[in-house]
Amino acid sequence: MSEQINKQLSEAWQRFILALPYTWLLIFFLAPFAIILKISVADPILAQPPFTPSFGDAGELQISADNYVFLLTDKLYAITYLKSVMMAAIATLFCLAIGFPIAYGIARSTPGTRNILLLLIVLPFWISFLLRVYAWMGLLNNYGVINNFLMWLGVIEQPIPMMYTDFAIYIGLVYSYLPFMILPLYATLERMNLDLVEAAQDLGATPAQAFWNITWPLARPGVIAGSLLVFIPATGEYVIPYLLGGPDSLLIGRVLFDEFFINRDWPLASSVAVVLLVLVVVPIVILQRNQARDAEQAT
Amino acid sequence: MTRNSRFVISMLVFGYAFLYIPLLSVVVYSFNDSRLATVWGGFSTRWYGELLKNEQITSALFLSLKIGVTAATLATLFGTIAGIALARFGRFRSRSLFTGLVLSPMVMPEVITGLALLLLFVSLQQLIGWPGQRGFGTITIAHTTFAIAYVAVIVQSRLSAMDESLEEAAMDLGGRPFRVMIDITLPLIAPAMLAGWLLAFTLSLDDLVLASFVSGPGGSTLPMLIFSKVKLGVTPDINALATLIIVFISVGVLIAWSIARRMGKDSSG
Repeated sequence: MSEQINKQLSEAWQRFILALPYTWLLIFFLAPFAIILKISVADPILAQPPFTPSFGDAGELQISADNYVFLLTDKLYAITYLKSVMMAAIATLFCLAIGFPIAYGIARSTPGTRNILLLLIVLPFWISFLLRVYAWMGLLNNYGVINNFLMWLGVIEQPIPMMYTDFAIYIGLVYSYLPFMILPLYATLERMNLDLVEAAQDLGATPAQAFWNITWPLARPGVIAGSLLVFIPATGEYVIPYLLGGPDSLLIGRVLFDEFFINRDWPLASSVAVVLLVLVVVPIVILQRNQARDAEQAT
Repeated sequence: MTRNSRFVISMLVFGYAFLYIPLLSVVVYSFNDSRLATVWGGFSTRWYGELLKNEQITSALFLSLKIGVTAATLATLFGTIAGIALARFGRFRSRSLFTGLVLSPMVMPEVITGLALLLLFVSLQQLIGWPGQRGFGTITIAHTTFAIAYVAVIVQSRLSAMDESLEEAAMDLGGRPFRVMIDITLPLIAPAMLAGWLLAFTLSLDDLVLASFVSGPGGSTLPMLIFSKVKLGVTPDINALATLIIVFISVGVLIAWSIARRMGKDSSG
């Protein structure tokens, strides 16, 4: 009997406490997206708030796809989206190329060293993102640390312009998101049975063969997770292109921000956000599937 | 045979240099006497003195700390429940919607979340008159929503690593569900909750984009103030401020790390 009561109580209790975060997230995470959708099909007007209501005075529906048509036909926007996705993808590849050997090295070091190396990867992640980007401003400047150093060495006579270029954006992206790549990679590499690699090499595989046939396939969940954790936020990045990129480096995060705050075109900014959301929703779903599968395999 | 090859070792050296040289250069230049941030003009601590006199910075820091503590506490409350639900409640109805809601804010580009929340606040203000003013309250809500995911993931992974036998035993002995949760589950996940709180607090202190969207006139957090200054270039007082933040956080992380290590050693024998 008491077991029965306890079971019912348990279910009621679970429902009750679950309602707290559930309600919060429905109101402050899901509902806002409905509002973005709604405003993205309105027209901008000079009023407060600066967009037309969804229903006119007579109750008729007044929505238009003008913003979306504009976004899809305007060349500048198409290029901006394309460039944002491409820069995020290239930065992801660089993070993978640099992060993989580092994660591998950490996973293969002795437990004591491993803890310290991991701590040193996580530490910059705790230190302010903004300040880490700012640090590069002092390095990449025409009269910054790198140029001063190279000129002092006599390698160059004129400073190399690095600040306010795409190069600076790549540096910023790779620098800021590298820990997001290394940590999931490390997590899978650490679980991996390294004897397999040795066995393959004992059986005559070259290091390259052992890597491609054993290490790489086993590391795949980490590669997928790390790549998406870098790619998704990098696509909509605002701070890095703003501080390190030139005035012509129009990336979508910055365009959205300016469209909203400078041009005050709320409907267009909303549709820019919706299109960006559509672009990142597929990688987000892949990421969550990957994590769920990985968690099942780990247990 | 767990020795790393020369290639891997040089990549490690390169990687760590890449991560730390920029931070070190900020620290070095914060002691630069020259007003021109990139020309060395001798050793000096004058910028630290000017920092303390700057009321704008101290009031922005105070606002950031207030938001950070409130948001981290709320996020720990909701995130802990969410983490327990994901690890222990089995397949409840609408589980996949819930999982998506909890985890998506973690990876969603900040400009989207920020714009969406601002539009929600504007619409609510039109409908019910709340929030009358954007600032502390709206930024706290934004940070809480964003940080729930991180707390939930930490709590969930801690719970998944432990088996349910203790909680089940307590239930079998007739413990009421909420007593079991408070007496058994919560003490088990307390370290995870603490770690989650600290992470939520740091994320809140660090956030620029969400705060810029949902804040109103006058409500300037520390990152917002720093951003408005560094837009114009490198300045020596920001170098000093950055150094203080770097040192403060590094010491905090080191202490937390050594405590966690000692606790880990205790529990594993």
